[in-house]
Amino acid sequence: MIKTSSLSYSFGTEKKIQFSDLTIQTGAQFLLLGESGSGKTTLLHLLGGLLRSQVGSIEVNGTDITKLSESGLDRFRGQHYGFIFQRNHLISALTVEKNLLMAPFLAGLTQDHARVDEVLSQLGIAEKKRSRIQDLSLGQAQRVAIARAVLNKPSVILADEPTSALDDKNCDRVSDLLIAVAQQQQATLLIATHDQRLKNKIKNLIQL
Amino acid sequence: MNLFSLVISYLKARPLNTLLNILLLSLGIAVITILLLFSNQLKEKISDNTKGIDLVVGAKGSPLQLILCNVFHIDFPTGNINLLEAERLSKHRLVKSAIPMALGDSYQNFRLVGTNRAYAELYQAELAMGEWWTNDLEVVVGSTVAELLKLKVGATFESAHGLSKEGHAHEESPFVVKGILKSTHGVLDNLILTNVSSIWKVHEEPGEEELTSEAVTLINPSSLVPSVEAGDSTKEITALLIKYRNPIAAIQLPRYINGQTGMQAASPAFEAARLFSILGVGVEALTGFAYVLIFISALSIFIALYNSLKERQYDLAIMRSMGASRSKLFIATQLEGISLTLLGSVIGLALGHGVLYLFTEVVEEGGKTGISAWVFYKEELYLLVGSLVLGILCSLIPSYQAYRTDIHKVLAGN
Repeated sequence: MIKTSSLSYSFGTEKKIQFSDLTIQTGAQFLLLGESGSGKTTLLHLLGGLLRSQVGSIEVNGTDITKLSESGLDRFRGQHYGFIFQRNHLISALTVEKNLLMAPFLAGLTQDHARVDEVLSQLGIAEKKRSRIQDLSLGQAQRVAIARAVLNKPSVILADEPTSALDDKNCDRVSDLLIAVAQQQQATLLIATHDQRLKNKIKNLIQL
Repeated sequence: MNLFSLVISYLKARPLNTLLNILLLSLGIAVITILLLFSNQLKEKISDNTKGIDLVVGAKGSPLQLILCNVFHIDFPTGNINLLEAERLSKHRLVKSAIPMALGDSYQNFRLVGTNRAYAELYQAELAMGEWWTNDLEVVVGSTVAELLKLKVGATFESAHGLSKEGHAHEESPFVVKGILKSTHGVLDNLILTNVSSIWKVHEEPGEEELTSEAVTLINPSSLVPSVEAGDSTKEITALLIKYRNPIAAIQLPRYINGQTGMQAASPAFEAARLFSILGVGVEALTGFAYVLIFISALSIFIALYNSLKERQYDLAIMRSMGASRSKLFIATQLEGISLTLLGSVIGLALGHGVLYLFTEVVEEGGKTGISAWVFYKEELYLLVGSLVLGILCSLIPSYQAYRTDIHKVLAGN
């Protein structure tokens, strides 16, 4: 469960965004909509502990992440979150398999090779396990990024414009997979986007 | 997956860059290693070879040449000295012992030295097989000579006049190998030892021979060359190796010889130090060059890391988002720099020893120096530690950059 109260963020002295209080139940799926510059990414990063908030509290699974130390927050991120971004941000020096294994390694969890196979076949890219990142298509790479995000079975999946770089066909496929995997793992899914194509798939909206 | 395999993957992702960095550093380290091995062993050889010789007395000329010729057997003699004069000097109260040296002949580039047993004892030489010479034209050969020329006990050969291969052969008087020395890892290994009168014998004009060889009983044999009468003023030798009786001799004897006699005295220790200071300039120049190489390689590693960090800012941010702490990224970047420098220095050390091994194996002159490629000095450990520090230093700024990656800015800023 994610719960925020009186959360705000200031950019310098002039611009300040005040967010209305949110409560998102575990396993729920939400779209975070808003114009460019409305603070979608800022809110998502605040909720994901990528950006430290200045005012207000954010409670994730019973922990107020604004009160965590820097390294405590790192550990919390590793164990509770999965992130997906507009660009896949895969590590091009590593193979698909090693990219996925980075998730448990960095989170300090055991590296389960069977789990890698399971997730890859679930996302329909089992044969790409040993491929280099450069050899993947855009859609495949985004699916690898999803695989990496869900590998540790996080309770919260945060996605920032995960489909806006994809064509209709890939958008459809990637978002369906993301929604299905999140559902199967009982993970809370929050997608920040201005991609209208996703509105048909997720009905819960948070408008900024 | 672990940090190390991540670092290796990053290095492998830029193979040419990695190769260049390792190559630059290993060349620098290799040059330093070769110089280190060479000059350290040369110093040891010099001090070993001059052990027990306080002063060399020979004909007037260059003192360095006198030493190089009579102690290290690499230069040509300055000329001859009169046996009578040498004898007189050997009885001087400040002289403890004097060893005669008669040079001038060689066999296949190895020098024939007319001397006595005391010369071999100077280097604690022992026979590996055979026996010491007893008569004229009998020789004992050093271990390298025996090995390279495949000489066995009982073999005969004709020496050539002069110290190079071109000299004309003394065909009329062949030498017989009576014994082979164990290796002393010094100059003795490259010499063929015989008595002084053998050297005289091969240089005599035919006819002159009859006169000396028939003098069977000697009333008062020379202290230096027992086969001739003391006070013989016609015979000549190349030099005398002198050991002082007491420390006063070090002050008085050279002055006496250089001033009061027609001979010249030179101290091996002093001349060796002089020689080394001359060589030292070259060694220093090469060492400087090696350090420039190392500095450039460090700079190159720094630039490579610095640039790759810009490309990798998304990698770093995404790793942070997956739970990596700041310090983990710091360590990963440090590890990358350290891997490069450690790998470079290990390869450099191996290269240094390898090149020296090739030099001693392939080049004949290299083999004669008696320098070994498989000697290790503690300075090499310093080189390893130094390269570790170098790795830490040149990845310090990139590591700090990795440390303070702003996840939000990087990930939101696309």
